[in-house]
Amino acid sequence: MSALLLSAPRPFDGRWLWWLSLALSLALWLWGRAALPLAFDYPKAWQIPAAAWIGGAINWLVKEASLGPVAFSDITRGVAAVVDAPYRMVLALLATGVQQQSGGVTVQHVPPLSWMAVIGVMALLGHWAGGLRLAALMVVCFGFIAVFGQWQSAMVTLASVLVAVPLGVVFGLALGILAWRFAWFERGLRPLLDLMQTMPVFAYLVPVLILFGFGPTAAVIATLIYATPPMTRITTLALSRVPEEAHDLARMVGCTGRQRLWRVLVPSARAPLMVGVNQVIMLSLNMVIIASMIGAGGLGFDVLSALRRLDFGAGLEAGLAIVALAIALDRLSQAVAQRGTANDIGWQHPYLVAGLAMIGAGFALGLIFPAVQTYPEAARLSTSAFWAAAVQWINLTFFDTLEAVKTFFLVWLLVPVKRFLLGLPWLAVVALLGVAGWRLGGWRLALLTAGLSFLIAATGQWEKAMVTVYLCGISTLIAMAIGVPVGIVVATRERVWAVTRVVIDTAQTLPSFVYLMPIVMLFRVGDFTAMIAVVAYAVVPAIRYTVLGLQSVDPRLIEAGRAMGCTPWQILTRIRLRLALPEILLGLNQTIMFALSMLVITALVGTRDLGQDVYIALTKANPGNGLVAGLGIAFIAIIADRLLHAYARRARARLGLEATA
Amino acid sequence: MRLTVTLAAVLCASTAMAQDSTDPIKLTLHDWTGQLITTQLMGEVLRKGDYNVEYVQADYLAQFAGLETGDLHVAMEIWETTGREAMDAAVATGGVEVLGPTGMQAKEEWWYPAYMKEKCPGLPNWEALKEPACAEAFSTPETAPKGRYLGGPVTWGGFDEERIEALDLPFEVIHAGTDAALFAELESAYQRQAPVLLWIYAPHWAPAKYEGEWVEFPTYTAECYTDPAWGGNPDAAYDCGKPFGDIWKVGWTGLKDKWPGAHKAISAFSIDNDAMGAMITEVDLNGKTVEAVVAEWIAANEPTWSAWIAK
Repeated sequence: MSALLLSAPRPFDGRWLWWLSLALSLALWLWGRAALPLAFDYPKAWQIPAAAWIGGAINWLVKEASLGPVAFSDITRGVAAVVDAPYRMVLALLATGVQQQSGGVTVQHVPPLSWMAVIGVMALLGHWAGGLRLAALMVVCFGFIAVFGQWQSAMVTLASVLVAVPLGVVFGLALGILAWRFAWFERGLRPLLDLMQTMPVFAYLVPVLILFGFGPTAAVIATLIYATPPMTRITTLALSRVPEEAHDLARMVGCTGRQRLWRVLVPSARAPLMVGVNQVIMLSLNMVIIASMIGAGGLGFDVLSALRRLDFGAGLEAGLAIVALAIALDRLSQAVAQRGTANDIGWQHPYLVAGLAMIGAGFALGLIFPAVQTYPEAARLSTSAFWAAAVQWINLTFFDTLEAVKTFFLVWLLVPVKRFLLGLPWLAVVALLGVAGWRLGGWRLALLTAGLSFLIAATGQWEKAMVTVYLCGISTLIAMAIGVPVGIVVATRERVWAVTRVVIDTAQTLPSFVYLMPIVMLFRVGDFTAMIAVVAYAVVPAIRYTVLGLQSVDPRLIEAGRAMGCTPWQILTRIRLRLALPEILLGLNQTIMFALSMLVITALVGTRDLGQDVYIALTKANPGNGLVAGLGIAFIAIIADRLLHAYARRARARLGLEATA
Repeated sequence: MRLTVTLAAVLCASTAMAQDSTDPIKLTLHDWTGQLITTQLMGEVLRKGDYNVEYVQADYLAQFAGLETGDLHVAMEIWETTGREAMDAAVATGGVEVLGPTGMQAKEEWWYPAYMKEKCPGLPNWEALKEPACAEAFSTPETAPKGRYLGGPVTWGGFDEERIEALDLPFEVIHAGTDAALFAELESAYQRQAPVLLWIYAPHWAPAKYEGEWVEFPTYTAECYTDPAWGGNPDAAYDCGKPFGDIWKVGWTGLKDKWPGAHKAISAFSIDNDAMGAMITEVDLNGKTVEAVVAEWIAANEPTWSAWIAK
């Protein structure tokens, strides 16, 4: 109750400033174009030549920078070599075997693990960690990959994931622990993490390629940049949430600082840390497509080349193989974490013996029967013809209906919103963002939101940024409008939720390319197509967080509501949704992030926003422009994130869930 | 048995090509069939010449970063029409050199399916597009009454907005983001026999799969793009069709020192549009694998390729 009292409106709460700035902005928007043109179009002469500066800095870094006698690029090349060694080993084990090429002739000295042995070993692992059910899941996932002829590519992808994920987890954990230990480190790290997560990968691809060399290693590094931040964040959060009792206990039994951390704190934070591991796995698999563009090969390459042939079936099969890998790795890692540390593996352990026996048998039988070594081509299933026919049927039957729907959305929603946003004076938007920041989080936040939005204008990207906001804004709203009701419906129904989870896991890991091209066929190139792709991807967190919020509402409160005679509708709107508001806001935040991260993909169907700029910069090998546009996207993300966070904190405080800060 | 073969191969290699390195030459693979065929043709021919070859999957434009530093060695298809800018930038750094044309000509132009001739009888002459009825036939709700022309990704350039302006065509350009999107729209329209006018390039499987024609604009000359006075519109440049262009081979500048023989062989590589078009059709429409098609070509054209690797 005290929290409620504390946050009650104070007599002088700054609301007047809000109204004043709103009125001024409105006046500027309506009548200002003639009087104050520079509020609408940022003067060219005042533009900050950030692209040239950043381009110059990158050039210097990759070509001239050095630590004493050692060039910076030599250091990064050294790092690349260190990462490369384990990758080559795993790749040889899973995909290529030991080969040697000489005089143009390739000789296979030792074959890779046979597909049967890999499935067997995965099933054993599943059985060890999670019993028969998990073993069956492993067989289904990897069996799917083999039956649809994706084995070779899937093993290449698996090899790079097996290298990237442990590295991501270790780095994420280390950075997270440092941030938890030292407040100054955390303050410095946070903006960096924001940038790593929101900057489109294309923006830093060229510098990464130059520094780390072209090939799978650069792909692993780019994956690390993208997939590590959630692990770091969750580590810091989890460690700071470890209950005080655990600290006391550690102190009482006389742990040293290191023992306290590794023996007490990290183990007791295991559950949230595993969420971090899950995210690293999922995000690494998200990067598969982009990684394949810079030499990682594997399933991502298959998806791209299938879609260039418009072979939707083949693209879908390769895409689903990525999903199968994701589900298998995720469920396995979750089960391993629940089972506890693997101290009990010894040479005599039956699982280990069985696994080695399987590998040996696979190797020996593979020499006699080639079908054991490599999945036989003849037994391969393909659904290409079916999907081609299905898309054609939809195209022929429903095109006119779909066209009508699209035109309706374009005329009544997309075009007016775009016009409105593009017509806003940048000065007023910057000012309003500043005021909003001040109201929600004080002058620091005001400085941040106004400053970042000003930088977008000052680097000459205002128009593109507004197109970005328009596309992502509408997509976010639609994703929330779909996701929240779906979340409400499935939250209380255990079975439906289990099914929904599989669906949204698939939506998150299936490369959006796979469904983008059929959507282009049905809706043509344009904003509407881009919007559908963004919504399909961004609806996932909207559902997930709504469910999380609703499920964590204290059942006693619902019981109390029922006792007081609330109708089910009242219980939903007055109690459950209200108490779930912070989580739903977090879901909104993540929906925005997901939407922004799709921009680079939608650039591939021809939108005209910052994502497109990043893509053009990549194709013209112009790292300066790419990074500036990438920063623009990151700034939009950061502004949205900070404002929502501040709002969520106030909401939590108002609900009495947390003391006011 | 295996060992002796290996040994023999090693010995052969070391005696015949004392000056060539035995490190693998890295050739880049992109994501379109024609390029996969060209590259694997070159790779297999190099293998016949006792060179070690490795294929690396790489993005068409991102690969230049690797070619400049010598992480990658050869890219077999850089199109005059789409890759010129990146190629010039890379050559300017001194890390990349052009290894001559592949012999194939990139053709790019506005293209329409054959059934559109009924609705716009004057085609393929470009002046037919000036007819309002014709533009109407190519229009969609968003562009009506103007016609809709689906251009390539912005990154391809192409000056279509300028062309429409200069030739005074009642059309609007919509840019597809990738060529996959381009062909997805074509496939969709073709299935429904719906109007479509778009940017198509060759060598590609699309002109083989779909029946249609290129619009015939005034033939391109260099002056047309630079000199407004040239052509039908005295006040504007770009009043002509798109340029034809070579498809270039490029390589790392270190190539000729490390593998001088291979450098010669790659520079000598040449193939024409028809041979390539036939192979692309075999793969994309008849379902053969790239490897099989390449092996067939190698078997059938021994005199051609043995000249490339001749010492």
